[in-house]
Amino acid sequence: MTTARTKPLSSAEPGQLAQGSSWLGALRNRRLWLGVLGWTVACLIFFPIFWMVLTGFKTEAAAVADPSLIFSPTLDSYAEVQNRANYLHFALNSVVVAFGSTLLALLIAIPSAYSMAFLPTKRTKGTLLWMLSTKMLPPVGVLVPIYLLFRDTGLLDTRTGLIIVYTLMNLPIVVWMLYTFFKDMPKDILEAGRMDGASTLQEVLYLLLPLTLPGIASTGLLAVILSWNEAFWSLNLTSSQAAPLTAYIASFSSPEGLFWAKLSAASTMAIAPILVFGWLTQKQMVRGLTFGAVK
Amino acid sequence: MKLSRALPLAGIAALGASAAQAETITVATVNNNDMVIMQSLTDVFEQAHPDIELDWVVLEENVLRQRLTTDIATGGGQFDVMTIGTYEVPIWAERDWLTPLDDLPEEYRVDDLLQSVRKGLSHDGTLHALPFYAESSMMYYRQDLFDAAGIEMPEQPTWQQVRDWAEQLHDPANQTYGICLRGKPGWGENMAFVSTLVNTFGGRWFDMDWQPQIDSPAWQEAIAFYVDLLGNYGPPGASSNGFNENQALFSRGNCAMWVDATSAAGRIYDASQSQVADKLGFAPAPIAETPKGSHWLWSWALAIPASSDAKEAAREFITWATSQEYVELVAEEKGWTSVPPGTRESTYENPSYQEAAPFADFVLNAIQDADPTDSTLEPNPYVGVQFVGIPEFQSIGTQVGQMVAAALSGQRSVEQALQAAQRATQRTMDRAGYLD
Repeated sequence: MTTARTKPLSSAEPGQLAQGSSWLGALRNRRLWLGVLGWTVACLIFFPIFWMVLTGFKTEAAAVADPSLIFSPTLDSYAEVQNRANYLHFALNSVVVAFGSTLLALLIAIPSAYSMAFLPTKRTKGTLLWMLSTKMLPPVGVLVPIYLLFRDTGLLDTRTGLIIVYTLMNLPIVVWMLYTFFKDMPKDILEAGRMDGASTLQEVLYLLLPLTLPGIASTGLLAVILSWNEAFWSLNLTSSQAAPLTAYIASFSSPEGLFWAKLSAASTMAIAPILVFGWLTQKQMVRGLTFGAVK
Repeated sequence: MKLSRALPLAGIAALGASAAQAETITVATVNNNDMVIMQSLTDVFEQAHPDIELDWVVLEENVLRQRLTTDIATGGGQFDVMTIGTYEVPIWAERDWLTPLDDLPEEYRVDDLLQSVRKGLSHDGTLHALPFYAESSMMYYRQDLFDAAGIEMPEQPTWQQVRDWAEQLHDPANQTYGICLRGKPGWGENMAFVSTLVNTFGGRWFDMDWQPQIDSPAWQEAIAFYVDLLGNYGPPGASSNGFNENQALFSRGNCAMWVDATSAAGRIYDASQSQVADKLGFAPAPIAETPKGSHWLWSWALAIPASSDAKEAAREFITWATSQEYVELVAEEKGWTSVPPGTRESTYENPSYQEAAPFADFVLNAIQDADPTDSTLEPNPYVGVQFVGIPEFQSIGTQVGQMVAAALSGQRSVEQALQAAQRATQRTMDRAGYLD
């Protein structure tokens, strides 16, 4: 591939033609290097995940021994992990909590982003920044108040409780993203709708949402992934009934005894659903994230 | 007509069902081998107690500690049984967070529990948690290497001897290191070991007025010795090795000596987990100036938080899991080397255990010998051998642990590290009001 591409450059005649083709060659070369760079970065990012999957198939002794790609794979760790904790129970909690909180966040964020994008006041910018600033507070700072509130309202170890916390946690990001997507939409379209007698609700449902769907989808996906991976609140606010996959992974780590293979097996199982989900929705994601970027 | 007759019936059926429904207790525990075995025996307990169901929350030690502390301090009531250590029990009992366990049934044989362990889990003379397993520290060494070098292990080795042997046996070219010791910072990691070393060198954490003693000559001497020993004759990158890493190193045959928890004995003596199972020697933890506090005492225990709403069922469970009957059950199911060690005299009197575990006597002696109320040469105001039984110790221990690790890795001199540690501890104690 490389030689085929560079060939015209090396066999080019001097003169005008050569200048043109060397320019072309340089461009091709640049694309090639960008490709190489892209792959290198992708491999670097993917390597820990690859290593984790690999470790899950090793024995505990092989997992701590010198790193090696050659070993006889075993399913022991998976069997042991399944034996000790019911994966489906945790996975179901993760699905319910991640999707539930995302839906709730979107329901709240769409109207608020709509009002901020299309009916801004002089405080809109400030409100947006203030919302984002709540993300800068380390969560452990509010652990005890939230724990007490949850205790008194009976929300400890319930999925409802986790959904509420995750919704609050993701809301600033969701509102911000939706706000930027909505802002990019030409106001004229909404105005045209209003001329034709559409109510605000109809305007949002039939014009705004269909036109910004890629943006909403990628916002939703991001919220799902963030909720799926969240470990602080899920570990602290649940015990057995509502514990999601992050608590499942945490139960296989230990300062005493060997655990790397089991931990890797559990982690692989925990990320598998979201990995498949992300893979299936990749197109939406990329479309959403680059939405409006090429206007 | 039919419906009106069926409704009360359904009501009665529902009542009956709820009466027969078992009470569920939530057990929070750490992900250590012995607890994993306990979890795997859930069915046996539930069959014997059909009215109780067990729900498990298994977490890594540090995560669990934080999780339980949040729950118990706020009275969250999420757990009916908590797995906590000798560090927490007296502190929590003092705040009335734990249910006192004074009227234990006779068949539980509370006198069979080892005295020192019982003492560590009591507050004002009353047990507040039942010991699940207990450990001390001791020395493991490679009999084959010692034989080849013509070294004979005395009954009680000293640290000076250990240094000489480490120098003699250190062979980095063949990946055999003189000694493996904990280096990873943390109050329960390097400081557990370092505290025992300081104790035996004649040092202490605080004097009787709670004045930190970290810049004292005994600390200087102990830490300088530790840095020299582990830095020169230890494995590379020793400052990131904790219990797990050292266990892996030792069982792969990379260490000539290792001083660490007695609870590792079962695993490194198990040929399926260790390549040195047949070349293993055991000795008491080495001493220097004084034998006092030269080995630690730790026990993982099961306690019932005061906020539990199923105290009776929880008591039923913890008396089962810490009973002699349970020890025998584990022996039957998993073999004698897997039984939870260090809690009951009857375990050590059992001929089958003595035969299966040649290290049993060392463990028993080390545990019986450790006295958390008298662990240093000069008097101190605290309870604990490798820790200080005050709530502030977690942060103090970890901070000092980081300084010691910095000295080990050569980022600071021993003197600088200890001065910084002294200042930090002084500040913490000042703020906490001990030095008023």
